[in-house]
Amino acid sequence: MDFLVFATVFAAFYGVLTIAHYWLGQATPATEISRSPWSLPRYAFYSVVRIAVAYFLSLIFAVAYGYVAAYNLKLQPYMVAVLDILQSIPVLSFLPGVMLAMVALFPAKQLGVELGSIILIFTGQVWNMAFSFYSSLRSIPRELREAAAICRLGRWQRFFQLELPFGTIGLIWNSIVSVAGGWFFLMACEMFVLGKRDFRLPGLGSYLQTAASDGDTSSMLWGLAAMIGVILLIDQLVWRPLIAWSSKFKFEQVESAHVGRSPLLHILRNSRALQVFRERTVAPLSERIDLWFARREANRAPAAPLPPWLKPVSWVVVVAAAAGVLYGLSGVVGLLRGITLSQLREVLIGAGATFLRVNVSLLIAAAWTIPAGVAIGFHPKLARIAQPFTQLAASVPATALFPVLLLALVRMGGGLGIGSILLMLLGTQWYVLFNVIAGATAIPSDFKEVANLFHFSRMDRWRIVILPAIFPYLVTGMVTASGGAWNASIVAEYFHFRDKVMATVGLGAQISAATDSGSFGTLLLATIVMATLVVCMNRLVWRPLYRLAETKYRLDT
Amino acid sequence: MKSLNHAIIEARKLEKFYGDPGDNPIQVIAPTDLTVYAGEILAVLGPSGSGKSTLLRMLTGLSKPSAGEVLWHGKPLGAQAPNVSIVFQSFALFPWLTVLENVEAPLKARGFGEVDRRKRSLKILETVGLDGFETAYPKELSGGMKQRVGFARAMVVEPEVLFMDEPFSALDVLTAENLRSELMELWANKSIPTRAVYLVTHNIEEAVLLADRIIVLGKNPGRIRTDFHVGLAQPRDRNSPPFVHYVDFVYKVLTQPETAPAEAPDAEAAEAPVDGKRARFQMMPHARPGGIGGMLEILADRGGHDDIYHIADDLSFEIDDLLPIVEASALLGFVKVSEGDVELTPEGHAFVDADIAERKEQFGAAALDHVALIRQIKRALDSKSNRTLPDEFFHDTLDEHFSEQETVDQLQTAVHWGRYAGLFDYDAGTRKFYIPQPNIEAVRD
Repeated sequence: MDFLVFATVFAAFYGVLTIAHYWLGQATPATEISRSPWSLPRYAFYSVVRIAVAYFLSLIFAVAYGYVAAYNLKLQPYMVAVLDILQSIPVLSFLPGVMLAMVALFPAKQLGVELGSIILIFTGQVWNMAFSFYSSLRSIPRELREAAAICRLGRWQRFFQLELPFGTIGLIWNSIVSVAGGWFFLMACEMFVLGKRDFRLPGLGSYLQTAASDGDTSSMLWGLAAMIGVILLIDQLVWRPLIAWSSKFKFEQVESAHVGRSPLLHILRNSRALQVFRERTVAPLSERIDLWFARREANRAPAAPLPPWLKPVSWVVVVAAAAGVLYGLSGVVGLLRGITLSQLREVLIGAGATFLRVNVSLLIAAAWTIPAGVAIGFHPKLARIAQPFTQLAASVPATALFPVLLLALVRMGGGLGIGSILLMLLGTQWYVLFNVIAGATAIPSDFKEVANLFHFSRMDRWRIVILPAIFPYLVTGMVTASGGAWNASIVAEYFHFRDKVMATVGLGAQISAATDSGSFGTLLLATIVMATLVVCMNRLVWRPLYRLAETKYRLDT
Repeated sequence: MKSLNHAIIEARKLEKFYGDPGDNPIQVIAPTDLTVYAGEILAVLGPSGSGKSTLLRMLTGLSKPSAGEVLWHGKPLGAQAPNVSIVFQSFALFPWLTVLENVEAPLKARGFGEVDRRKRSLKILETVGLDGFETAYPKELSGGMKQRVGFARAMVVEPEVLFMDEPFSALDVLTAENLRSELMELWANKSIPTRAVYLVTHNIEEAVLLADRIIVLGKNPGRIRTDFHVGLAQPRDRNSPPFVHYVDFVYKVLTQPETAPAEAPDAEAAEAPVDGKRARFQMMPHARPGGIGGMLEILADRGGHDDIYHIADDLSFEIDDLLPIVEASALLGFVKVSEGDVELTPEGHAFVDADIAERKEQFGAAALDHVALIRQIKRALDSKSNRTLPDEFFHDTLDEHFSEQETVDQLQTAVHWGRYAGLFDYDAGTRKFYIPQPNIEAVRD
C-alpha cells in the first residue's frame, strides 16, 4: 500500500518537471501533430494537465466569487446577473480576446499559448461552480450560522469549519459536470485558427482533430480510445474517491444507509506513511495557521470600525471599474457600427435556425429518453444492466465522436443542417435521460399500487402518475440540456474536415467562422444575440417551469 | 431575596420592528425592560409569534435591537463581547466535525493552544457523560446525545450566562426529562461556573420545574405580560398542589391574551405587566377546521366544559399546538374561555350536533360574522364579475399589519377556512382566489 503511494509521488514529480521544461521552452505555436498512436500517452498527459490547471483556477475563482457574492449585499444582484450572462456565452466567443492577450503577454514562451488554452477551458468550467458555491453559502441554516457567531469563529475558522464543508458536495458535483465540459471543448481549445494564425497545441484534442481532418479513421479510433480511457481513469481515481469522501459533508441528522465506496479512498485512508506525513507536517502547520488567525481575530475590538482609507480607495475602484466598463462599451459600439444590415440579417436568420435546431434536438431527446428512462427506473433488473452502458456512453465527450459521425453523414449524403441536430442530441440527451431515470426511481411505490388497484389505463397511468411525478426531474434535465445544446451548436454547425470547412446556416457556425476569420464585429454581435437568447429562454421558459416543479409537482409535502 | 443579587444583563426599552420607523413599521417586540440577575434560572414562555427567540438574539448580541439598548454589567453590548453561549433547539452541531472537534471549535476561536483545548474539552465531555464518544460524528448519535454535545460546546467556554433556545423540544419525552434533571444537578452542585441560565421554552411544566423566575410574553406585538418568582424549593414535585397551582396560573395568563394577568401565586416581586398596544388588525390563529371540530367534540364529550390544562395533558399536546385551536374556536364563537376553562357556547353545541354539510354551513356563517379577513375576501370576490382575484390583492392589505411570513400564514389559514366552509377557493397554480361556480362544481363532482 505504501509502495503504491510512493510510486505515485515520484511519478507526479517527473510529470511536473516535464511540463515545466515544455512550458518554459521556445514558443512553437503550430506544433506538427503526430498521428502515431505512440505519441498518445504524451498527448493525453498534456491534455490532462491543461484541464487540471484550468480546473484548479476555476475552483479558486469559483470559491472567491461565490464568497463575495454571498456576503457583499451591495454587489450581490450584479454579481449573480453577471454569472447568469457569462454562463450563457459560448466558450469560443472568449477565444480571440483571451488568445491575443496571452500571446502578447508572453510573446517568446510556449507559456502564452498554453495559458490561453487553459483560460479558454477555464471559461467553460467556472461559472456553474461559482454559482453552486454561492447558493450553498446562501442556504446555510440560520442556527448553524448563529452557532458559529456565538462560538466566535473568525472568518478563517468559519470558512474552513462551516462554509467550505457546507459547499463541498455541491462543488464536487459541479466539478464533475465542469470537467466533462472541459473534455467536450478540448478539441476547440487545443487547435484553432485565429485570423491568419494557426494555433496547435500538443494534446488529445488536437490529435483527434488532426486525425479527423486527414480522414484517418484508425488514428481517430486510437485517439477516441485513449480519451475514453483517460476519462474512465479519472472517474475511478478522482471522482469516485471524492464522492465517497464527501459523504461526510452531507448535512443530515441521521446517517444514511447507502454510502458510496471507493477502494482508492480506502488505500489513502489506511496508508501508514501518509498518516505519519500528515501528523508531522500538515496537522501542526494548519494548527499554527489556525491559531494565528484566531488570535488575531480575538484581539480585535468587537466592532472594529472600517479603516479610514478604505472609503476613498473603494471609490477609486468603483470609478476605475466604471471607466473600464464605459471604455469597453464604447469599443463594443465601435465594433457593432461596422456591421452592415445584411450581416445583421444573416445573424438573425442564423439565430432562428439554431433556435429551431436546439429545440428539435430537445424534443427528440425527450421523446426517446422519457419512455426509456421510465422503463429503466421502474425495473431494477433493467437498470442494473443499462446503468453502466449509459454511464459509459455519457462519459464520452460528444465532440470526440463528431468526426466519426460526420464521416458517416458525408457517406450517406446528409448535410450538416440535419447532422448538427444529431450532434447536439449526442451531447445533451444524457442529461435528460439520467434525470428521468432518477425521477422514475423516486416515484413512491404507493403511487404505482394505487394505479394498479384502480386499473388505470396506460394513458391515465402516464397522465396522472408518471409524468407529474418525473416533472421536476425532467425540467432539471431539459434546462441543462438546453444550455448544453446552445453551446454545442458552435462545434456542431461548423467543422474543419479534410482541409475544407463544412458549415450550415446557424448562429454557432457564424461564431466559429467569425473566430476563424478574425472578424470581431460579427463575433461580438452573434455572441450578444446568443447570450440574449439563452438568458431570455431561461427567464421566460425555464424559470417559470422550475417554479411550477418546485411547488405543484413536489413529492415531499 | 433574588433581587439582592446584582444584575448581569439589563435591557432598556428594547424594541424590534421591521421596516422604516417613519413608514408604518411592523412591530415584533414592543419596548421592553428586562433584567437577568446572577444566580437565577430565568424561563421565558410565550406563544409562537411572541418574539421569544428574537429577544434572546438581541440579548446575546446576535441581532441588533431596532431601538433601546442591552447592558452587560452596566456597559453597552456593542462595546464588548460578553462571554455567552447558546444551546440550540436544532443542536446546530457541525456535522463534518467529530464530537471533540465540535467542542473544541469555540476554544480554538478564542486562541487556546492544542493541549489546553484538549484538556478542557475532555473534561466537559466527561461532565456531560460523553466520554468515549470523542471521535464519533454527530450523525452517529441519538438526539439526546447530540444535545449533550450541544451542552458541552456551550459550557466549555465557561459562559457567564448560558442561553438555551427550546433545548429539549426536539427530544422525546423521556430523553428530555433525563437531560433536564442532569442539567439541574450540574447547576445545583455548581459543577459549571455559569452564573445565570436564560431558558426559552413553550413548555409550561418545564418552566415551572426548572426556573427561579418566569416571564410570560404576549404577542402582536411581543411584550412582557407577567414576570414572577417561583417560590418552590428544588427538586420540585410535579404533582404537588403548589406546582399545579403555578402551572394553572401560567395557563390562565396564556389563554387570556386580552386581560391583564392577576397576581402570581406567592409572587414576591412580580413587576407590573407592561401593556403593549393592541394590534389594529385582527389576527387569525393558525388552526385547521378539522382541529377545531375535533376539539369541540372532545369538549362536548366532557360535558361542555373543561380545563385547558387537562385537555392538553390528556391529548399530550404542547400548549403551542392547542392554543391556536382554542383561540380559533373562541374567535368563531363556538367556545368561551375564562380563567383557563373552555366552555361550549350554544353555537358550539349546535355545531357538534350537526352533520357534515350543516357543519360547513355553520362554520361559514360564523367565519363571516367574526373573522375580518374571511369577510373581506368574500366581499371582494363577490364584487367582481368573474369572482376571481389574485392573492397579491389581499397580500398588499395584510402587508401593512404583518410581517412577510405572517402575511403568508394568514392567507394560508384563510384559504383553509374558506375552502372548508365552501365560501371561496384558491388556485395555487395561478395564485388566485375565486368563488367556485355551480356549473364547474357539477362537472367536478
